[in-house]
Amino acid sequence: MDTPLPNPVRSIFGTPLREDSVIVNIGPSHPATHGTVQIIAELDGERVLRTDVHCGYLHRGFEKECEDHTWHNLIPYVDRLNYVSALVNDFAYCDGVEQLMGIEITPRCRYLRTLLSEYSRLVDHLTCVAAGLMEMGAMTAFLYLVMVRDFMYEHLAALTGARVTYTYGRIGGLARDLPEGWLARLEEILVQYEDFVARVHALVDRNRIFIDRLRGVGVISTADALSFGCTGPILRSTGLARDLRKDAPYLAYAELDFDVPVGIAGDNYDRYFVRMREMDESVYMMRQLAQMLPEGPINVDDRRCTFPDKERVYREIESLINHFKLVMDGPAVPAGEVYCAHEAPNGELGFYMVSTGGGMPWKVHVRSPSFVHMGAASRMLDGGQLADIVPTFGSINMIGGECDR
Amino acid sequence: MATDLLESLQQQIVPAAGAATLSHGCLVFSLAPEELMPTVRRLKEEFGYDLFLDVTAVDWPADALRFEVVHHFASSRQPLRVRLKTRVAAADPSVDSLAKLYGSAAFMERECHDMYGIAFRGNHDLRPILLYEGFTGHPLRKDYPKGREQPLVPYRN
Repeated sequence: MDTPLPNPVRSIFGTPLREDSVIVNIGPSHPATHGTVQIIAELDGERVLRTDVHCGYLHRGFEKECEDHTWHNLIPYVDRLNYVSALVNDFAYCDGVEQLMGIEITPRCRYLRTLLSEYSRLVDHLTCVAAGLMEMGAMTAFLYLVMVRDFMYEHLAALTGARVTYTYGRIGGLARDLPEGWLARLEEILVQYEDFVARVHALVDRNRIFIDRLRGVGVISTADALSFGCTGPILRSTGLARDLRKDAPYLAYAELDFDVPVGIAGDNYDRYFVRMREMDESVYMMRQLAQMLPEGPINVDDRRCTFPDKERVYREIESLINHFKLVMDGPAVPAGEVYCAHEAPNGELGFYMVSTGGGMPWKVHVRSPSFVHMGAASRMLDGGQLADIVPTFGSINMIGGECDR
Repeated sequence: MATDLLESLQQQIVPAAGAATLSHGCLVFSLAPEELMPTVRRLKEEFGYDLFLDVTAVDWPADALRFEVVHHFASSRQPLRVRLKTRVAAADPSVDSLAKLYGSAAFMERECHDMYGIAFRGNHDLRPILLYEGFTGHPLRKDYPKGREQPLVPYRN
């Protein structure tokens, strides 16, 4: 390379505050952080004086791309926002489009979506806790949790055909119904989950090393968390029991019995513990849902969005044209706008969508919890130790695909 | 409940706008740019809208007031969200920044500035966040071609 590359970011602070402090650049590609994020930090020895957090390295024009595809074609795209809990993205997006179209999904689909949302939350929290512990040296806990997670990935692959990006939601329903024996296998996995999570509790909860690394580190107060738009485990770890599943129940959450775990201090330990407790609640909900799951169709009978049976597409002209129009023009979504929010594992995931009445959206905007939390990250990092940046950042659980869109 | 709140908000907050509607669990107000700041302040202080969720814009190239800046708020007291829509002209696409009221505003407004070129008065840190220094144009405007590339690193042949 002949000329030096231009710097893609401009730090908010160019000169150090003090004579003996030093400004260092961490990331965007740093072996200790997962996710491409750049943190420019001013250090006094090991102490962090202030930070400037930059994201956007995974920006791929998601919202621009949405304006050029049919409503149906967007489902694989929304999968790739938070790729650790892709099903929640699917269902939140489909729910928004269904609200615009005035569709009410079938009972079986409603319960299945709820069950799979909780399954996704379980997988997401497992990943976050496992990676967070590994970053502090707990390789055993990481392997325990990731092993269970892999059972879940395989199990979800048996249902959806993919391990991570499922493309399983459909406008007005789901891609396919449960395969034979799926719920029985689910129970087996949940039993294994309980075994291994109990071991992680035993290894970590009262372990002096972890308490010293986590307690009082990365603290954010309730007032600050609210002001900085934090939702999900971060807000709840400060002691505020705010959860969309309780406050504005969607899907089947109104019929379920569950608690909203909260923390005390809003530090890394509370965020770890809130996630661990939320996983137990998810398991409890999934067991209830497996009992409640009604029989019946999973897709609504609505020709505006649901594809006709292949059998009929081959035999009658109306269904053939219906299929053709759905593929070429996309579902006819009436003009209007909607903000649809679901409680994703990391916080409030909102889809703001504007339709002008065609088969393609006029605008799709994602209110991504990761992005908003990156705005609050400096609050948690400033004043801490350099070595605590990694676990604190891990406890925020920023997912690049969703943050940068 | 929803209609009570709608009426009280409509009467107390924006008597001038008169265009409040209830849409999919959201109270929607259309405001003039100068009404934005006082409305948000009252929402926050009197109605408990303590969570500023999101700010974005919608581009309507055919309209005289081309950009619609959209704010979303949630409250700890009621399940209804509030959406504020503020129309601004392409010649002067600026609204007041909410950075004084909400800590999250400074960061989220940077994204909206990146994507639509909306200037937020009072936000002194509108550096690119999802885009990079030196990027020209605002990609989510309808007149920005989807295929345009501005690589920082030259392509290898």
